[in-house]
Amino acid sequence: MLLLVILALAATALPFVNYAPNRLVSGESRALWQLWPNQALIGLIVPAGLLLLSFLPRRAPLIATLMVAQGAFWLLIWCAGRAATDLAQTGSQLARTSPGSGWWLWLALSLLACSEAIRRLTPDPVWRWVLHAQIWWLPVVLLLNGQLDSLSLLKEYGNRQDVFDDALGRHLLLLFSTLIPSLMIGLLIGLWCYRHPARQGPVFAVLNVIQTVPSVALFGLLIAPLAGLVSSFPWLGALGVAGTGMTPALIALILYALLPLVRGVVAGLNQVPADVLESAKGMGMSASQRFWQVRFPLALPILLRSIRVVAVQTVGMAVIAALIGAGGFGALVFQGLLSSALDLVLLGVIPVIALAVVVDALFALGIALLEVKGP
Amino acid sequence: MIEFRHVSKIFAGVPAVSDLNLECKTGAFSVLIGTSGSGKSTTLKMINRLVEHDEGTILFAGEEIRSLPVLELRRRMGYAIQSIGLFPHWTVAQNIATVLQLQKWSKAKITARIDELMALLGLDPALRDRYPHQLSGGQQQRVGVARALAADPEVLLMDEPFGALDPVTRGALQQEMIRIHRLLGRTIVLVTHDIDEALQLADHLVLMDNGAIVQQGTPLEMLTRPANDFVKDFFGRSELGVRLLSLHQVKAWVRTNEKPLPGEPLSEELTLREALSAFVARQSDVLPVATADGVPYGTLHFSDLLTTEIARERHS
Repeated sequence: MLLLVILALAATALPFVNYAPNRLVSGESRALWQLWPNQALIGLIVPAGLLLLSFLPRRAPLIATLMVAQGAFWLLIWCAGRAATDLAQTGSQLARTSPGSGWWLWLALSLLACSEAIRRLTPDPVWRWVLHAQIWWLPVVLLLNGQLDSLSLLKEYGNRQDVFDDALGRHLLLLFSTLIPSLMIGLLIGLWCYRHPARQGPVFAVLNVIQTVPSVALFGLLIAPLAGLVSSFPWLGALGVAGTGMTPALIALILYALLPLVRGVVAGLNQVPADVLESAKGMGMSASQRFWQVRFPLALPILLRSIRVVAVQTVGMAVIAALIGAGGFGALVFQGLLSSALDLVLLGVIPVIALAVVVDALFALGIALLEVKGP
Repeated sequence: MIEFRHVSKIFAGVPAVSDLNLECKTGAFSVLIGTSGSGKSTTLKMINRLVEHDEGTILFAGEEIRSLPVLELRRRMGYAIQSIGLFPHWTVAQNIATVLQLQKWSKAKITARIDELMALLGLDPALRDRYPHQLSGGQQQRVGVARALAADPEVLLMDEPFGALDPVTRGALQQEMIRIHRLLGRTIVLVTHDIDEALQLADHLVLMDNGAIVQQGTPLEMLTRPANDFVKDFFGRSELGVRLLSLHQVKAWVRTNEKPLPGEPLSEELTLREALSAFVARQSDVLPVATADGVPYGTLHFSDLLTTEIARERHS
């Protein structure tokens, strides 16, 4: 906590926003006191307040800490939007204002402070989840209200709304068309391995090898055989199979998803206590009743954890799939990188991070709700 | 109720049970006792076909067990094990109702039956919606026994059910089992390696070693007429006396024709073994006796324990 406060003080000195007359030249930085000389003191008061609170014991200061850190977070978002609007009025239509390093650091610190306060406030995973989720309502409202529209990131979004929406659709498509088939295949292989432990060694060896192949290489490797297949069986091409694009991307993503999934299935089923299964059998449950009423529900938390890992992993890996033409946010990122447009890169990266966080949070909620009743 | 005829079971070439002949009579509390690896657990599990026997026949209520559908056979028997094996993701009520659900009882009937069983096992109704990990070990095993009794099974099979409990809880649950057995008159087959538990619970005691029965009979017969040295050693030569005393209650030896004595009375339901302990602790050779409700009505003499116990057995 102390460390956080020191960092926050340092962050106050760093540039708050970057201002550039247009999107091509690199901007000049503006510190907090240059923007609002009178209110800049708040950058000192908030860390000092947090520091004081961190030395007080018990719950009430923890709640206060959470509220202050959360308030700081909201204020940051609002200030960024405000600063951009103000600067846009003084400059031209083409002027770009993007958050500076001080702003990002502040943002990260206030979120960390929130999450630390929440962690100490309650051990209950469901409550933690709710407290984390409520931080975000005001930023979302600001975003939808158009308060932040003057920031360069959103200006970039305004320019490319169609491309962005298309990328979002593509990315979600990649995510779901990876998750559903890999889940089915993973469950089958997992069950097959669970029934016969001797098979686990070779299966895991193969999946491990796949996992260690770098993703770019795997994407590339699939192009040639798929292109060959399509040229010898034209009806495959008619189905949408091609050497580049969705087909190799999905195959690679599914292959990467299998190891964590199969491991999750086997580990989940193996940790079901033997005595529970014996008494289930002794009481006259049939094999399918034992599976659906005992084995499966008891394996579910571990299985969900590995699906969570796979989902987050797929969101990230799908960015790279853009290299072989699968689209998604990766296309924005690479386009931005090639034209050195940082805002465009961020426009691709930030939604990916947001998507990963949302997916992760949804699974976390599911697991937390499941474990409320379990052991 | 259950009859083994020349039953054998071989695990990977090694006989676990060989040529076993055994009858567990209807309403009897049969206890299989023996050292680890004596085949007692295997014998129990062959009854509900968790272990399939290789040779011979096992009859359940007059029918060969393999002629019955295996799931139906298991549902006609209650089963309780040492580690209890409650379903961790189900509440106490759901656990108890397992077999009732399998047999598709109506909701109202299940609820009524759960109430009845929780009362029978002395479980607080407030525990209904708790999960197993929120219960103490003793409460968990009570739920385990309630679950085994749920569908009113013809036979209750118990595999070292109290082995993992502390001595106080174990003692309480043993008393509970004796009460439930008297109350319901169920046929019970219980496996244990605890000699005192076996002597206390059994009316039919079966001592096993190396997959065969060494001797069977009432606890009294086993102690007073051991078939061979193994039986003698097993029940402990040096502790034979106190074990004999543990088979009877104070009320069997109380003298009611003497004037009441001062001091804390013994309950007539204590075993003579506990009474012996009281004689030594109180440095006295006569102690007052009261009924279970605490009404004093007689005396117990230390000398009666010495003169009558063994002598009576010899004569009978």
